[in-house]
Amino acid sequence: MAIEWYLVVSALVFSIGAGGVMTRRNPLVILLCLELMLNSANLALIAFSRMYGNADGQIFAIVVMVVAACEVTIGLGVIVAMYRRRLPIDVDELRELQG
Amino acid sequence: MAEVVFFLAALGALAGAVGTVTLRNPFYSVLALVAHLLSLALLFLLLRAEFVAAAQVVVYAGAVMVLYMFVVAYVGGTDIQVGPVNSRVTTAGAILFGLVLFVELTIAILGTGLKALGTEGVGIGADGVARAGDAGFGTPEQIGELLLTKFLLPFEIASFLLLIAAVGAVTLARRRGGLGDPSGTTITPLDLVRPRSTGTMAEGVGGRRRITTQEQERDGVEAGVIDSGLNEASEEQ
Repeated sequence: MAIEWYLVVSALVFSIGAGGVMTRRNPLVILLCLELMLNSANLALIAFSRMYGNADGQIFAIVVMVVAACEVTIGLGVIVAMYRRRLPIDVDELRELQG
Repeated sequence: MAEVVFFLAALGALAGAVGTVTLRNPFYSVLALVAHLLSLALLFLLLRAEFVAAAQVVVYAGAVMVLYMFVVAYVGGTDIQVGPVNSRVTTAGAILFGLVLFVELTIAILGTGLKALGTEGVGIGADGVARAGDAGFGTPEQIGELLLTKFLLPFEIASFLLLIAAVGAVTLARRRGGLGDPSGTTITPLDLVRPRSTGTMAEGVGGRRRITTQEQERDGVEAGVIDSGLNEASEEQ
């Protein structure tokens, strides 16, 4: 399988995720679409790592997974804190991070 | 054969991505993303990255998505009633899914990973040159060797980042007014700047709250209401 196929899949998933980030209003779904974009970048990294026979791309992908897990933790913590303060879970309503 | 598997996995990944973006119920979006992550793990296996594929299934689809599931169940969004709870079809489907997952993990463990351990076979080394005695490409042995030799600093920084994230999550989710000092004699630097009963997040967003009896006894504050003062400003408008 030529490497371009994997890069095309990666580009498609990235653009779908980007469209989702811009379109959805629920912050949970926005975080999910962000995960889509991170995964597409992982796929591109692994594809290039296979193309050059260099495993550095796979290490990079593992570190990207670690960073994504940390970001999800903090993002979900913020959403849970918002829910506890009885604020609406809607990014159109919440434009300022105050208090 | 590889092309067929590639197209199936690519279709699964794209369908999962479209489902994540378009489904109205956030619970269904999380499930679509899980399907997308599993398809991506299959694509990683096709690209000879077996350790990353196993890590993706166990860490990403296993831990991160379960965390999402808990938060979606707590916070929600739209209605989260999925379907009949104790249906036989869902039970059978869950058992089948567990079997498939077990088969995939067994293939990942017993596949080329173990073959490269302890043999003198030709592998692709870290600098891209194939030589005998190196760990095979994408095996856990090679990943571990790279993580502990060439990428030791990013490895340590990543573990530090995980610690920061865990502390941050605990800080965001904790409640104010937890275990206090019973004798009330310890002084924190913030007490010199503001009274002990103020400075909560609820006060910051413009709430008002009644001073509890514990605070009246411990800090000597008179009974009453703490108000952030933002309510008067909004009433003027």
